[in-house]
Amino acid sequence: MAMLRGRGYASVNYPTGMNLGGDPSQALIHATTTGTFVISLSSVDLGQGIKTITAQCAAETLGLPIENVLVDTADTDTGPHCMGTFASRGTHRVGNAVIMAAAEARGVMLEVAAEELEVDAGDLETDGTGYIRLKGSKEKSIHITDLALAAHFKHGRTISGRGIFLKEPSAPVPETGEMDPDSCQAHACTAAVVEVDDETGVVEVLELYNAYEIGRALNPAMATQQVEGGAWMGLSHALFETVEPYYPSRDHGPRDFGEYLMPGPADIPVQHSLILERPAASGPYGAKGIGEMTANAPIPAIANAIFDACGVRLEAMPFTPERVLRGLDALRADTATQDAGPA
Amino acid sequence: MTYRLAAIDKSSFAAEREDDFTVIGSVVRRSDALGHVTGRTEFFEDVAPPGLAHLKMHRSARHHARIAGVDLTEALAVPGVLKILTHADIPNNLYTPLKLIGVGPDDEPILAVDKVRYLGEPICAVVAVTEAAALEGAARVKVTYEDLPAVFDVEEALAEGAPLVNEYHGQNHFIYEGHHCRRIRFGDVEKAFAEADHVFEWRYQSAPIEQAPVETTGCVVIPQADGRLRIHSDTQACFFTLDNTALILETPFNKLRIVGGTVGGGFGGKVDVVVEPVACVAAMMTDRPVKFVYNRYEEMQVSSPRAAERIYIKDAVMDDGRIIGRKVTLYVDSGAYARHTPYGTTKAAAHLPGPYSIPNVWADCHCVFTNRTPSSAMRGFGVTIGDFALESQMDRIARALDMDPLRLRLLNAYRDGDLKAHRKVAEGTALVEVIQKAAEMSGHELPEAYRRMSSLTREGL
Repeated sequence: MAMLRGRGYASVNYPTGMNLGGDPSQALIHATTTGTFVISLSSVDLGQGIKTITAQCAAETLGLPIENVLVDTADTDTGPHCMGTFASRGTHRVGNAVIMAAAEARGVMLEVAAEELEVDAGDLETDGTGYIRLKGSKEKSIHITDLALAAHFKHGRTISGRGIFLKEPSAPVPETGEMDPDSCQAHACTAAVVEVDDETGVVEVLELYNAYEIGRALNPAMATQQVEGGAWMGLSHALFETVEPYYPSRDHGPRDFGEYLMPGPADIPVQHSLILERPAASGPYGAKGIGEMTANAPIPAIANAIFDACGVRLEAMPFTPERVLRGLDALRADTATQDAGPA
Repeated sequence: MTYRLAAIDKSSFAAEREDDFTVIGSVVRRSDALGHVTGRTEFFEDVAPPGLAHLKMHRSARHHARIAGVDLTEALAVPGVLKILTHADIPNNLYTPLKLIGVGPDDEPILAVDKVRYLGEPICAVVAVTEAAALEGAARVKVTYEDLPAVFDVEEALAEGAPLVNEYHGQNHFIYEGHHCRRIRFGDVEKAFAEADHVFEWRYQSAPIEQAPVETTGCVVIPQADGRLRIHSDTQACFFTLDNTALILETPFNKLRIVGGTVGGGFGGKVDVVVEPVACVAAMMTDRPVKFVYNRYEEMQVSSPRAAERIYIKDAVMDDGRIIGRKVTLYVDSGAYARHTPYGTTKAAAHLPGPYSIPNVWADCHCVFTNRTPSSAMRGFGVTIGDFALESQMDRIARALDMDPLRLRLLNAYRDGDLKAHRKVAEGTALVEVIQKAAEMSGHELPEAYRRMSSLTREGL
């Protein structure tokens, strides 16, 4: 009996946005009297961070500190339409809508600043500190709070903007499947190192090497969380999870987390992650959607590593100890038959 | 603040990037982090209006059966039970998931009418003043069944003489514009098989997987003074939920208001609109706020999982590792109803043949009905299981040819300008580079010619 070590690889791509498009999202933005910008959405934060990412997109476009941005979501009485949080679409669709809205608001902001400073709006710049200033000038500047007050009470201007993103719907040709399904594709390659216990059939994932090309990591810590958290889910899919363990039989279905097993802290491998950035023309600051794909490459990488370790090719998920042991038994039976020679 | 941070490679596409940003590309703390760790974040269940009633379902105990009778006498006698809803109480008793974008047919009752098509299908909804009374009432509903033959295997379901799962469709598969499946036809795979040095064919299978959010699916519906309904929900899509609920209630859309946006995990499990419509009917009929939230058992066995898939892949491969043809037959187990699985099956077809440039591709992707819990959206919908099959296939081809598995992939990887099987020209590709980087990170040596390959050129091919 032995612990057998193996290594496996998988490389994948993943589409951004609802398949075939036709999934709009909108954003509205307005400044309060003191220069806080409120983004109104109906988008849902599942914990993935859409509120944080949209605030970053708005702050970057406005040229203001992120502390000047609030996100108000998701109430259908106050927020404009969003198709929903799924299909790796939130960052791409809502991010683009917010950038469009913020760009319109920025235009008004610069117009009012130009009037206040008595200069041309085209000669103004922002640097992310909260000031709008004449390019190259230290003295000729105005803080966003003073500017917003002036816009409201002196100029009667609303510093606001509207944004929408829509990838126009594509209809597949039924005969050939010709279609335009996606806005862009993100990419990943995972190498998995596993150890298989040939006595118990238990597979332990020791290390995962993840290289992801995601257009642009708008928030590198949150992108890392997606990559490494998704790898955990992939590992869980690979080794543990199903609600029908003897599919297609419906028997022995788990009813709670005592029966539906998932990896605990001790099952988490060492992860080495690298992010590549090839900005997407359609993406908000080049970003592609990576919300879903991060669970995908680890599954076949682990399957291939198990084969590398012990010679068992698992064609059915999940790769439970029972399936590994049955595979090992079948290999031994084959070897025994070969050793015995032709009957 | 400490956090995990992956290294960012800025060399691979240096000519295409700009770095003149103040906030983009910076680590900003997640806006919900403090609330989540301190417990101050408010989820829909934190709404506790006075007079809140609770809804619990009585569910099918059979896989496939005609309902001979429903006896509510004992259930109605349970102290605290206010009302028991049946199909007759639902104004439009058919889910309408894709109605607004013109995809049909609507095929799933909100509450079962004359038959049940899967174990756990809702039959009647018990509304009571306490959760315990609602559970007790649901347990005391008596349904008598006449069992029907059930089918659980996707290929058996498509065979002649199989029991019909869903009369709204009339056959055990979804119809795509007159075709029995979603098709990809690109080049000539049969010619490729005839010309190939090797033909490899293998089969892959997955089983249903639970989204497993910490917070289960649910809502609290509160009747408002102006006659509207305010719905606090953990839906992943507020307006989608609003529109579908209004279609089922047959009310004006603006009678409803969804308040949500802070959700304890979704992973696709909160895209079906399954709790809000019946909770709204209950709130209107009892004139009380009503809460309907799945317990963990319902989340795991009744709420729609990731579909099981069966995938056959047959490849035409040359001695040097070039894949010149790929034929894929995919069966997606939709369960008893369509929900979003016809969409997921088309997405699966669009993903084929994987991130490789293969000149001849043929795919038949079937969305199949069986007598199990309907499947629907889950993270990686239509792609995750396909990737398991495709990348296992790549590994097996490499081993059969005694080739380095990463060199096989680099040789076949799609590059800018390649025409995909769905006839879109590839752009912004980077498969070559992520493979090269993963090799470098994990100490897998590649020859110079493979290290020099690029998504931008055809060098080395």
